[in-house]
Amino acid sequence: MWGLEPVNEEEQGIRLTDAQKKARRSRSIAIALVLVALVVLFYVVTIVKLGPGVLDRAL
Amino acid sequence: MSLVERQDTMNQEAAVWDGGMGSVSDYVALLKPRVMSLVIFTAFVGLMLAPGHVHPVLGAVAILCIAIGAGASGALNMWYDADIDEVMTRTRKRPIPAGKITGEEAFAFGMTLSIGSVVTLGLLVNWFAGAFLAFTIFFYVVVYTMWLKRATPQNIVIGGAAGAFPPMVGWAAVTGSVSLESFVLFLIIFMWTPPHFWALALFKCGDYRSAGVPMLPVVAGETSTRHHILIYSLLLAPVGVAPYFLGFASVVYGVAAGALGLAFVLLAADVWRKREGDAARVASVRLFKFSIFYLFMLFAMLLAESLIVGA
Repeated sequence: MWGLEPVNEEEQGIRLTDAQKKARRSRSIAIALVLVALVVLFYVVTIVKLGPGVLDRAL
Repeated sequence: MSLVERQDTMNQEAAVWDGGMGSVSDYVALLKPRVMSLVIFTAFVGLMLAPGHVHPVLGAVAILCIAIGAGASGALNMWYDADIDEVMTRTRKRPIPAGKITGEEAFAFGMTLSIGSVVTLGLLVNWFAGAFLAFTIFFYVVVYTMWLKRATPQNIVIGGAAGAFPPMVGWAAVTGSVSLESFVLFLIIFMWTPPHFWALALFKCGDYRSAGVPMLPVVAGETSTRHHILIYSLLLAPVGVAPYFLGFASVVYGVAAGALGLAFVLLAADVWRKREGDAARVASVRLFKFSIFYLFMLFAMLLAESLIVGA
């Protein structure tokens, strides 16, 4: 049966070259750093905009 | 073709992919960092000159968003103009014609940064500034790049507005509006752009001709371009002094801007006079380089005065 045939995944689809893998890794690191920077940015701006009010919560 | 052969062909096709080669530095190059630095500087001056107060963190966020928006415009410009960039020696090494980044990757990158910068500016600073930044990106990419650049020799006259908006966006980040003062900052860059780019086009004429871009020297000839450069320089000089006459710059600025404007006109007259050989080329290069110094000095003086007054 087709569904039970072993599939060699390395032969399917696009195979990246070493250069492409290296470039992808550096891009992934850059994207991760940008995402962390965005989190920090929104956190800092929230504190700046709300100030002490950030702690005012209805109980 | 048998089923096995067909499967083989599909596997080979699937295995070849020319994308995914771009490094981080290639993507940074897509942002046109040199243009971005001018945008950051002029937007910062607009932000500092604006009346009222903005928290330094919000001010920094505004400048960051404007810079990213400008970079996104550059990426979308490179996506659309890849065919032109491939022909011109000045732009041949850009990431897309160099084969490091595909057009689709550049488009996705540009759109992501465009939306991200506009939404971030709107959410964190104010939505008027965010909308203004969106309009600036639209103007540069759609009005200038897609429409005017290939259609008319007046491309950079009207399209230059896109490069002139950043100080108004910086101003809007503080005030949430526009004003006569911010419009004058716009007008300085708007009037400066044509003589700046036409001086470049005079000594890069062959590049634009081979790429089929209807720059003024290509379409109307070099003599007509020299007339235009002189006329625009004569218009620019008084606009450069306008901040003094409108009362938001000191007499020191007024005198210095007047002297710089005079030097600009004299160099433009030199370009107008020298029309042949090396002398003509040297005059164009000199005006091009001085034009960068001129714009930098005007905005640097306005910035310095705003810092002194604020201190």
